[in-house]
Amino acid sequence: MKTNMETGTNLPTSSPPKSTIGILGWLKQNLFNNWYNSILTILSVLVLYFALKGTLTWVFTTAQWDIVADNFRLFMVGQFPVEEIWRIWLALSLVSLLFGLSAGIWRGTNLHLSVVLMGIYLIHILASFTSVNTKMWLGINIAILVVSFFTGPRIPKHKVVTILGWFLAFPITIFLVNGFGVLPEVSTNLWGGLLLTLLISIIAIVFAFPIGILLALGRTSKLPIIRYFCIFFIEFVRGIPLITVLFMAMLLLPLFLPEGIEINNVLRVMVACTLFTSAYMAENVRGGLQSIPNGQYEAAKAIGLNPIQSMTFIIMPQALRAVIPAIVGQSISMFKDTSLVAIVGLADILGIAQAVKSNPDYLGRIMEAYLFVALAYWVIAYSMSYASRRLEKQLGVGER
Amino acid sequence: MAKHSGTKVSTPFWRDKRIIPIILQLLFVILVIGISWYFINNAITALKEIGIKLGFGFLKNTASFNIGESLIEYSATDTYYRAVLVGLLNTVRVSLLGIIFATIIGFIVGIARLSSNWLVQRLASLYIEIFRNTPLLVQIFIWFFAVFLALPQIKQAISIGNFHLSNKGITMPWFVANSVTTAWLLALFIGIVLFIVLWKVMLKIQVNSGKRKYPLLWSIAGLALPIVLTWLFTQQGPVNIENPVMGNFNFEGGYTLTANFLAIFLALTIYTATYIAEIVRGGIMSVSKGQIEASKALGVKGSTTMRLIILPQAIRIIIPPLTSQYLNLTKNSSLAIAAGFPDLVAISETINNQTGRAFQAVVIMIIVYLVLSILTSIFMNIFNKKMQIVER
Repeated sequence: MKTNMETGTNLPTSSPPKSTIGILGWLKQNLFNNWYNSILTILSVLVLYFALKGTLTWVFTTAQWDIVADNFRLFMVGQFPVEEIWRIWLALSLVSLLFGLSAGIWRGTNLHLSVVLMGIYLIHILASFTSVNTKMWLGINIAILVVSFFTGPRIPKHKVVTILGWFLAFPITIFLVNGFGVLPEVSTNLWGGLLLTLLISIIAIVFAFPIGILLALGRTSKLPIIRYFCIFFIEFVRGIPLITVLFMAMLLLPLFLPEGIEINNVLRVMVACTLFTSAYMAENVRGGLQSIPNGQYEAAKAIGLNPIQSMTFIIMPQALRAVIPAIVGQSISMFKDTSLVAIVGLADILGIAQAVKSNPDYLGRIMEAYLFVALAYWVIAYSMSYASRRLEKQLGVGER
Repeated sequence: MAKHSGTKVSTPFWRDKRIIPIILQLLFVILVIGISWYFINNAITALKEIGIKLGFGFLKNTASFNIGESLIEYSATDTYYRAVLVGLLNTVRVSLLGIIFATIIGFIVGIARLSSNWLVQRLASLYIEIFRNTPLLVQIFIWFFAVFLALPQIKQAISIGNFHLSNKGITMPWFVANSVTTAWLLALFIGIVLFIVLWKVMLKIQVNSGKRKYPLLWSIAGLALPIVLTWLFTQQGPVNIENPVMGNFNFEGGYTLTANFLAIFLALTIYTATYIAEIVRGGIMSVSKGQIEASKALGVKGSTTMRLIILPQAIRIIIPPLTSQYLNLTKNSSLAIAAGFPDLVAISETINNQTGRAFQAVVIMIIVYLVLSILTSIFMNIFNKKMQIVER
């Protein structure tokens, strides 16, 4: 700590001492402020240098990425019939449109996510292995993203339209992917790759949410039988690993159904993931319910609302708002956990990597395939957790 | 609840506040029983048709499959029951080791995340962000298929001293008990008792007299004394060290950590440590700043502040979420099946494939994991209570 005394007493306002400003000052303060920090810094630099050097040389010289480039379509959509792939592109365009609109209207986090999406499109449009058809669709998506970003705020009632669009996006996507007879049906057996990973996690999260709310209400209910039933279900599911639930769905579900009714593997896994997530959702929602002070319940009663009304209009909105970050966190972990379906033999993005591995053409290049899968998961999971952190700050949940 | 409707006789029962809940619950029970009866009935008919019996009597039959690694003696002629036990022990082994190492790494990274050193802090965040946002299963696959299986064959093993690294795992020197091991263990036990007693006594004297009494030096001396005495008397080390030697097909002697075990263990540890690090960081940050400033004002040095002021307060906030991470790690150890490590799930799956008894295999998995979860919770709750009492 140097004071004005050293730099000259005749100056009333002197600049801060040289050792605390500029790059050198910053280095001294943050990296070399005492002897053990200096040692730590040097060690960290060494670790970072060797790790970066090793990784970068491997990525750009040793690694042969054709295992990913050749099988890119498999990694993305699995065995989805080529002539129907336009439907997935259409669904993706809808998502781009909604991202563009949200980015234009709300800016902030939405804008950041849209930029990431744009980056992903650009990388693929520039990559050498994507076909002309793919490049065309990517170009359309980029155009949609940009146009909707600029026109979004000018559309009348833009906020209502966009939010409605997000709610409709899920059923429309499912309709487009499956077809349901209106379009030629693509059975769930053919869904695969990243598409399957995303669909399983989205379906699990969307359906687990209402079930979780019901379970949480049941667990806080005054009726003993319902309460114990919910406690039993929640604690049972939370006590066992997801892989056991998946095995249960694969091995036992067919036994429990009457003869003649068969549901295929993808649906079984979706049921299992939904039930599994709903137990965790229920605990999150219960946390929110417990954070609501008793006064809220009493006030709702005092103004003559019946229990259902007070729950829907007073308690739930507050409880859910308080646990949004926890729910997003749960969604991220569900998204990562969908990789487990590869163990029970589904062709999600990891399952595709496992399948490609057995091709003798790519012997010894499995690291490239796994790293690509890891990167795909990482980008999505990180974007979600980034959005969640921003949301948490905006809501100020953690700061009360 | 029933205050208002008690006196009126004329209230019809379907509007009586005492009756409605009972009717609702009855309906619920009937619904649940009906649905479960429907499903169970289907299952029983289906099982009859395939010709598989319920019940666990088959566990006494001969398993007739081999298991890669086991903590207890096991051969293909043993029973299914013993095979399940082997799987259970393997699950416990990998979870327990995972918990210990994940905790150590997690605490170090969590503290590093709050370091005043910018670079260390960034490195810790980088580690957390990379490994937290990639699925555990992908990490297991990378460790097993892309790292360990890509290592050279056992004949061309990479050797560093007596440590041999091959696609079968790591073979390293191991200890073998000798004639004086018991004496050494006894000496060690006495040493530890002396260490604790001396530490407590000297610390008390130091606190009471206010003079420096070096309790640590005293207790180390107490620990060293029986050990030195034993060495003087026996003139022999506590154990002999056995180095692995290359046999015909495999290393003989020493101890081998298989690639299967290492893959699942490393992935579990590295993945869970990121969560523990975030919990530790949150716990430390929740200790109010005044505590640190007060400790600085009293002239306590940095490491002592961390050890005696911050961590004891943070630990109380850390324990409950830490418990759920331990539970998660135990449950995640079920992914060992992906790396071919014979844990409980893998062995139940084998039993199912061999005998077709899907129902029993699933029930075994469920019971074991529920029991493990409950045991971990009970243990951590006891620890938690003990920590909380210290407060006031």
